[in-house]
Amino acid sequence: MAKRMVWFLFVLLFFLHQDFWWWDQSFLVLGFLPIGLAYHAMFSIACSILGWLAIRYAWPTQLEEIAESRE
Amino acid sequence: MTTLIVIACYLSLLVLLGFLSNRLFRGTSKDYFVASHSIGPFLLLMSVFGTTMTAFALVGSTGKSFERGIGTYGLMASISGLVHAAIFFLIGIKLWAFGKRHGYLTQIQFFRDRFDSDKLGYLLFPILVLLVVPYLLIGIIGAGKTIEPVTAGAFPALFTSPSAPPWLGGIPPWLTGLVVCLVVLSYVFMGGSRGAAFANAFQTIVFMVMGLVAFVFIIKALGGVDNTAKIPARISEQSTVVQDYRYDKKSAAVVANDPPKVIGRVLSSESENIVGQQPHLWREATRVEFKKKNPQTGELFPFERELGFSLITFVTYLFIPLSVGMFPHLFQHWLTAKSAKSFRLTVIAHPLCIMIVWVPCVLVGAWASGVLPPGIPPPAVLSAMLNLLVGDPILIGLLTAGVLAAIMSSLDSQFLCLGTIFTNDIVIHRAGTKKYSDKQIISIARIFIVCIVGLTYFLAMLAKDANVFDLAIWCFSGFSALFPLVFAALYWKRATKQGAVASILAAVLTWFYFFHLSGYGGEYLVGPGVVPAAICFLASSVAMVLVSLLTEPPPSQTLAKFFPAQKPQS
Repeated sequence: MAKRMVWFLFVLLFFLHQDFWWWDQSFLVLGFLPIGLAYHAMFSIACSILGWLAIRYAWPTQLEEIAESRE
Repeated sequence: MTTLIVIACYLSLLVLLGFLSNRLFRGTSKDYFVASHSIGPFLLLMSVFGTTMTAFALVGSTGKSFERGIGTYGLMASISGLVHAAIFFLIGIKLWAFGKRHGYLTQIQFFRDRFDSDKLGYLLFPILVLLVVPYLLIGIIGAGKTIEPVTAGAFPALFTSPSAPPWLGGIPPWLTGLVVCLVVLSYVFMGGSRGAAFANAFQTIVFMVMGLVAFVFIIKALGGVDNTAKIPARISEQSTVVQDYRYDKKSAAVVANDPPKVIGRVLSSESENIVGQQPHLWREATRVEFKKKNPQTGELFPFERELGFSLITFVTYLFIPLSVGMFPHLFQHWLTAKSAKSFRLTVIAHPLCIMIVWVPCVLVGAWASGVLPPGIPPPAVLSAMLNLLVGDPILIGLLTAGVLAAIMSSLDSQFLCLGTIFTNDIVIHRAGTKKYSDKQIISIARIFIVCIVGLTYFLAMLAKDANVFDLAIWCFSGFSALFPLVFAALYWKRATKQGAVASILAAVLTWFYFFHLSGYGGEYLVGPGVVPAAICFLASSVAMVLVSLLTEPPPSQTLAKFFPAQKPQS
C-alpha cells in the first residue's frame, strides 16, 4: 500500500510539473523570484521529500541480498 | 593577472589532491576503476552530483536563461530532480547490486551477460564513446569561454586575437582547453576513480559554495534583492525590447538608462498582453529581433531569438534526464558504492543540490538580459556578469575556479570511464584476464584516454563557438534514446538480445538523423516543438518490444540470474 502511494505521488508530481496555469504569469514571490521559477524550486523540494518517502516505504531490500549473495 | 594567479593556484591544488589520492591507491585495476567498492554516502553524493553538474549546469543554464528566460529551470532542472532520483532508485541500486554480485566493472559487461551476447558489447562500445565525446566537448568549450573574459587584459601583447574585442589579452580558449585537459588527466592518472571521487567531492563543494558567493555578490551589485526583478529587459509600448538600466563600473552601481536603451524589437508573441512584460521572467513564447556587432567589422547585424518555450517543448524535455540511466561514467560511480544504503543520501539530496546550483544560475541569466548586450555568446554570459559586476580580481578568480570545478568534476569521470570501458570491454575481453598484469591494464587505459582526449580537444577547437547547452542536450538525447535498453534489461524478462540490438540501432539511427538536421549540434525541435529525444526514445522502445516479442526468449538460467525469485516478505 505504501509503495503504491509512493508511485502515485511520483505520477502526481510528474503532472504537477507541467504547470501551464502559470505560463504567462511573471508575478514575484519573496520580492525577486518569478512564479515560474519559485514554483519549480518548490517542486525540487517536493522531489526530495518523495525520495525520502521512497526510501522509507519502498526500499528494495532484496537487492542488498542479491549483492551479498555468492554467484 | 591576479584573477589568473588565483585560478592557477586552484588548478595546482587539484593536481596536489590527485597526488595525495595516489598515496591511497592500492595499485590494483579494481581500485583504479571502481575504488574497490569503498565509497560511502557523502562521497557518492558529491561525486555523482559533481559528475552530473557540468559546464551545462553553470555555463549552459545561465546562457540558456539569458536566451530564453527562467523557464530554463523547469525545462531541465526540476524535472531532472524527479527523474534522476527515480533512476538512481530504480536503475542505479539494481545495477550496483548486480555489479557487486557478478563483478562487473562496466555497463557493457552487464549487458553482455544479461543478453548472452558478446557482439552486443562491440556494438555498444563505439556508440557510448561517440556519445561521450560531445559531453567532453562542452567541458572544454565551456572552460575556454569562461576563462577568456575574466582574464582579459592579462597578456595584451601575447594574445592579440580575442573571441570578442573587449577580451583582448585574455587566455585564449585553445590554451585553457589544453591546461584543463592536462590537469584532469594528471589527477585521474594518479588516483583513478578514488582520485576522481575525492576531486569531485572537493570540486562540488567548491562550485556550490562559490556559486552561492557569486550570486550574493551579483545581487549586491544589482542593488539588492528587491531591485533585481527590475533589471531584466522589458517590452515597451512600441513593442521594442529595452534595457531600463545599465551597470556603471566607475560608480559600481546600477543606473537608469534615460531613455531606456533599445536592444531589439518584438516580431511575434503567443500572448496579446506583452507591453510592460519582462519576457525573461515568464515562459510565453515571444520572437524577438536583436542586433549584434560583427567583431571584425564592427557592423551591427540583426539576428532573431525566441524567448520563452512552447508547452510541448517543456513537456517533452522530460526525456532528456533519462540519459543518466545510461551514462557510462555514472554507472562506474554507482559501482564504487560501499553498499546500497550509500545511495540513500543521493536519492534525497540530489534534487536539492540541483536547486542550489540552478536557481542562482537561471536568475543570473535572466538578469543579464538587462545589462549585457544581447549578442554576447550565451556560454560567456556567466563569466561576463562576473567580470562586469564583481570588482575584486581575487573574488573573480575564486568564482571562476568554481565554474572550472563544475566543468572538471565531470571531465574526470568521463575520462576515467572511457579508459575503463576500452580496457575491460575490448582489450581484456578479447585477450583474457591473464594476458596483462594490473599495471599493464592501467597503462592501456591511460593510453586510450589520452587518444580520446586528444581527439576531443581537436574537435573542441573546431567547435569553439558551439552553444554549450544545445550540444549537451544532443549528448543527453543519445543516452536517453538508449534508456529503454537498460530499463528492459532490468525489468522485462522477455527482452531478448535481438531486441536489444534493434533498440540500440533504432536509437542511434534516429539520433543521428536529427543531429544531422540540426546542423550537428544546434537547437532542433520537431513539428510543434517536440524534442528529438522523445522520438528517438519512442523508436528505441518500439524496436525493443517488437523485436523481442518476435524472437526467442532468453534462456531460463539467464532469467534466474537477473530475476532471482524473491523471498516472501514476513
